[in-house]
Amino acid sequence: MTDTRSRKTIDTEPILDVKNLTVTYHTDRGPIYTVRNVSLQIAAGEIYGLVGESGSGKSTLARAIVRYLADNGEIKSGSVKLGGTDLLALPMSKMQQVWGSRITMVHQDPAAAVNPSITIGEQIAEIARLHLHLSSAEAKAKAVEMLKKMRMPDPESVAKRYPHQLSGGMLQRVVIAIALTTNPQLLIMDEPTTSLDVTTEAAILDLVRELLAEYKMAVLFITHNLGVVANICNRVGVMYAGEILEEGTVQQVFRSKLHPYTRGLLGCLPKITNDKRNVSLTAIPGYIPRMNQLPTGCIFSPRCSMVEDECKAVRPSLLEAEAGHFTACRRWEILQSKPELLMDSQHARDFSKHEEGPVVLSASNIKKHFSVSAGGFASLFKRGRVKIKAVDGVSLGVRGGFTLGIVGESGCGKTTLSRCIAGLEEATSGEIELEGELIPYSVSKRTPAQRKSIQMVFQNPDASLNPHYTIGESVARPLVLMGLSKKEIQERVRQLFNAVNLPEDYINRLPHELSGGEKQRIAIARALAAEPTLILCDEPLSSLDVSVQAALINLLIKLQDTHKISYLFISHDLAAVRYISDWIAVMYLGRICEIGSAEDVFMPPYHPYTEALLSAIPIPDPDVRQERIRLEGSVPSAINLPSGCRFHNRCPRKIGRICEEQEPPWQDVSEHHHICCHITLDELRTLQSEVIVRQADSPGEVR
Amino acid sequence: MIAYILRRIGSIFVIMFFASIIIFAITQFLPGDVAQLVLGQFATEEAIANLREEFGLNNPFYVQYLDWAVNFIKGDWGNSLVNRMPIFPMVMSRLRNSAMLAVVVLMIYVPLGILLGVLAALKRDKLPDQMITTVSMVFVALPVFVSSLLLIPFFCHYLGWLPANSSIHPDSTFGEALPYLILPAIAVALNSIGYVARMTRAGTIDVLRTDYVRAAYLKGLPRWQVLFRHVLRNALLPTVTIVAMDAGMMIGGMLVAEVVFGYPGLGRLLLYAMQNQDLPLIQACSMVAVTMLCLANLVADLLYGFLNPRIRVK
Ligand SMILES: Nc1ncnc2c1ncn2[C@@H]1O[C@H](COP(=O)(O)OP(=O)(O)OP(=O)(O)O)[C@@H](O)[C@H]1O
Ligand code: SF4
Ligand code: SF4
Ligand SMILES: [Mg+2]
Repeated sequence: MTDTRSRKTIDTEPILDVKNLTVTYHTDRGPIYTVRNVSLQIAAGEIYGLVGESGSGKSTLARAIVRYLADNGEIKSGSVKLGGTDLLALPMSKMQQVWGSRITMVHQDPAAAVNPSITIGEQIAEIARLHLHLSSAEAKAKAVEMLKKMRMPDPESVAKRYPHQLSGGMLQRVVIAIALTTNPQLLIMDEPTTSLDVTTEAAILDLVRELLAEYKMAVLFITHNLGVVANICNRVGVMYAGEILEEGTVQQVFRSKLHPYTRGLLGCLPKITNDKRNVSLTAIPGYIPRMNQLPTGCIFSPRCSMVEDECKAVRPSLLEAEAGHFTACRRWEILQSKPELLMDSQHARDFSKHEEGPVVLSASNIKKHFSVSAGGFASLFKRGRVKIKAVDGVSLGVRGGFTLGIVGESGCGKTTLSRCIAGLEEATSGEIELEGELIPYSVSKRTPAQRKSIQMVFQNPDASLNPHYTIGESVARPLVLMGLSKKEIQERVRQLFNAVNLPEDYINRLPHELSGGEKQRIAIARALAAEPTLILCDEPLSSLDVSVQAALINLLIKLQDTHKISYLFISHDLAAVRYISDWIAVMYLGRICEIGSAEDVFMPPYHPYTEALLSAIPIPDPDVRQERIRLEGSVPSAINLPSGCRFHNRCPRKIGRICEEQEPPWQDVSEHHHICCHITLDELRTLQSEVIVRQADSPGEVR
Repeated sequence: MIAYILRRIGSIFVIMFFASIIIFAITQFLPGDVAQLVLGQFATEEAIANLREEFGLNNPFYVQYLDWAVNFIKGDWGNSLVNRMPIFPMVMSRLRNSAMLAVVVLMIYVPLGILLGVLAALKRDKLPDQMITTVSMVFVALPVFVSSLLLIPFFCHYLGWLPANSSIHPDSTFGEALPYLILPAIAVALNSIGYVARMTRAGTIDVLRTDYVRAAYLKGLPRWQVLFRHVLRNALLPTVTIVAMDAGMMIGGMLVAEVVFGYPGLGRLLLYAMQNQDLPLIQACSMVAVTMLCLANLVADLLYGFLNPRIRVK
């Protein structure tokens, strides 16, 4: 099951040749040069990864290449050649013939990219009729053939279905099928897996890789996820504020990292082998500059720790540091000679001793069943309602000053569980104990002290900030409820702003004047204001850029250490969970299937589901070997729960009837590590003799 | 889909039930006594009492209501108090005339409203859009009687194209009636064109912004194909609802137009019934109007469900 793919650079004429492309948006504040002087070439059969943080101009570049910019966008200069045709010289009517036949695009949100009222088959057949000049019947057959190629189960019936009947992962396959139907010269994929679960993402990436071995096209693959780039691309360009700062083969860029920004991005990412005790993350200081207020000289200079006076004087252009490897840093030679420079500081954090605190929160057998309308005539009556078992018997405990991470695909009940604990959702049954004391299900029935003790930080910080209050007032609100005097409140707010590393002069700002990361800091400050014992963090990082994520993770860890807070940390990002958590619970369809200390859960034996999750993590290091275990389909609906083991219809290790018929037993790997599966631990150990994610045996080995 | 239809029909029965109670109650509490009305001002006390007994007017409210409702369902709508003619055929013949008018109204404003709305959306914020938006705002604000009074001098007196008076024989065929229908229909339609155009414009703009329309363009489809195959199908969904929701407005507008132009439809009959305090006739006309309203909504719901696969196929 080991992934063996060759990754060679292909030295042929490039299919796509972009030279010195500059794009502006005309705005009220004047023109903004969003992409400046960008050149890139992609050969047939090559996957070029374009990475960069949000707003770096990746999508703008892609749209400029296909000449489908927003109305206020304009290509100022440069050239775009596709297989020798100068695209920028074509009249729009000719360009329209290029779309769909020579260039196709795949976008981020597959559910939005397909027409809700046209069948899947027709949406594929349409492009086949148009560009391949097939008859109606032939086009239909072609659609089914394409769906088959996407390894869609039962393609004939899928072709007749409507988009709302398919899951996100299936829809993305449909969109890819549309894009490949005409076998174009250039395929542009803009964040094609960003909105998908890790498991789905891994399956889609596998599919794309295999299909592209068959269709020899040039691919521009845009993503903000370095792990995905390392996983699928041959070459990579690192984009920052509208320019490419480093470019080379994936091996060159990920190994030598000849630009401080690249090193910064990689340093921000928690590694799956690290945790908060041995490594701290290096966040890049500051923010991406606004495109209309660019610094003179090197555009990265305000955030670069290697900056010299000369860097600020002249803007360095891309130089070839080694064959095919370009960097826009003047001081690349220093980076080349010191591979570890600027990378994460390997020293141990001064983290308080790993001692067992008292149990702060203990939840046992929590259930949350929603009753919803079944739809149809029956729903006119009470009996027509069905139960959704979102959380179905979860027990867990969190110790003082420790972090329990919860992972699982979307729809597995993570959020509902945390909302039940917070009392925002009334549990159906089970017991919630806070510091040894049974507390009511609903937050409105809890005492003020109990309410204070449990705080929440949500994925979307906007949801918890009133847009009409200054952020200082938002943070002060819990303090007012605690009955502090005006002066004490002012003092506490200042302290809290310091604690979350926000300048004090921010106190009087309104939420819309803050960036996403800053708003999330405010949400954390507000949670802290109540001096809680436990903070429930529900995907607090997912909407943020990696550099901001790193700073927030560092902040959360620092606060835990100074305030002795416990966290329940929910995320689909396994590396982040591994890094920040002491304990990890893996959830599937409303139940926990494996729980243990973070190190244990990431070491064999694994629950088969954990194994699949780990194998799906995109790892930002081309030299890492990863077992390849893929799950079929998506999480089933919580209305029709599978019998026996809930995972049995997707489990790659299923052992037979017993899995379908009997609930699996809990098995204790050690005192603190438990797995719920029919396979015995010994057998799991033999099946999973190796760690799923490990460094390649010899560096440089090709996967 | 079947469940969906059944649910809609079920809800119509509920609405009809409450509407009938309200209509019945209001006509009951209208000033004047039915027996008195029937017998005239100089009837003796005794004759009135007898008639009250005969009509069941001394029974409790709910018994009277049930009697009335059962008879209504059976099609036994009684006789007009004024001219002693059976009500059912009278109302049906007027309903037919109103339906003819409604058809012409719909044929004018639905296509025109959609056309203007789509045009405005495609030329968004440019001159055509601004013109269409302004004009439709004026039309929406213009009451039917005002627009009628503006249309008549122009088309009838100045151009001399169309008759100003539509008081034709109630049994005219559609072909005979058509020339007399156009002007009142325009007067009613003007009011609704604005709504439809605005809804269509908003719906189309929303859809034009979607990823799937971008994807359709990037498939290389010509503009008109993107518009007809991908945009309109989804953009017109809210328009269908608006047309149905507007049915009330339209029925109201038709009432006015029928009176202004003297067209022998349900509206004029209702006015006549009210002027003469002809209670059974008022009840029958109102019930028919409410039924039509419900049916219009049902048709819209079904159409919406049919056009929207999310409802059609589960
Ligand atoms: N139509 C527009 N008018 C003005 N500015 C725009 C427009 N579209 C994008 N921008 C700005 O251009 C910059 C680059 O945007 P772009 O969408 O290309 O970035 P990106 O790298 O794709 O980001 P993300 O990762 O968030 O998708 C951003 O600052 C964005 O706010
Ligand atoms: S050129 Fe100077 S400022 Fe820019 S990245 Fe290199 S060292 Fe940093
Ligand atoms: S019990 Fe069976 S189906 Fe469930 S995880 Fe274990 S092997 Fe797989
Ligand atoms: Mg983008």
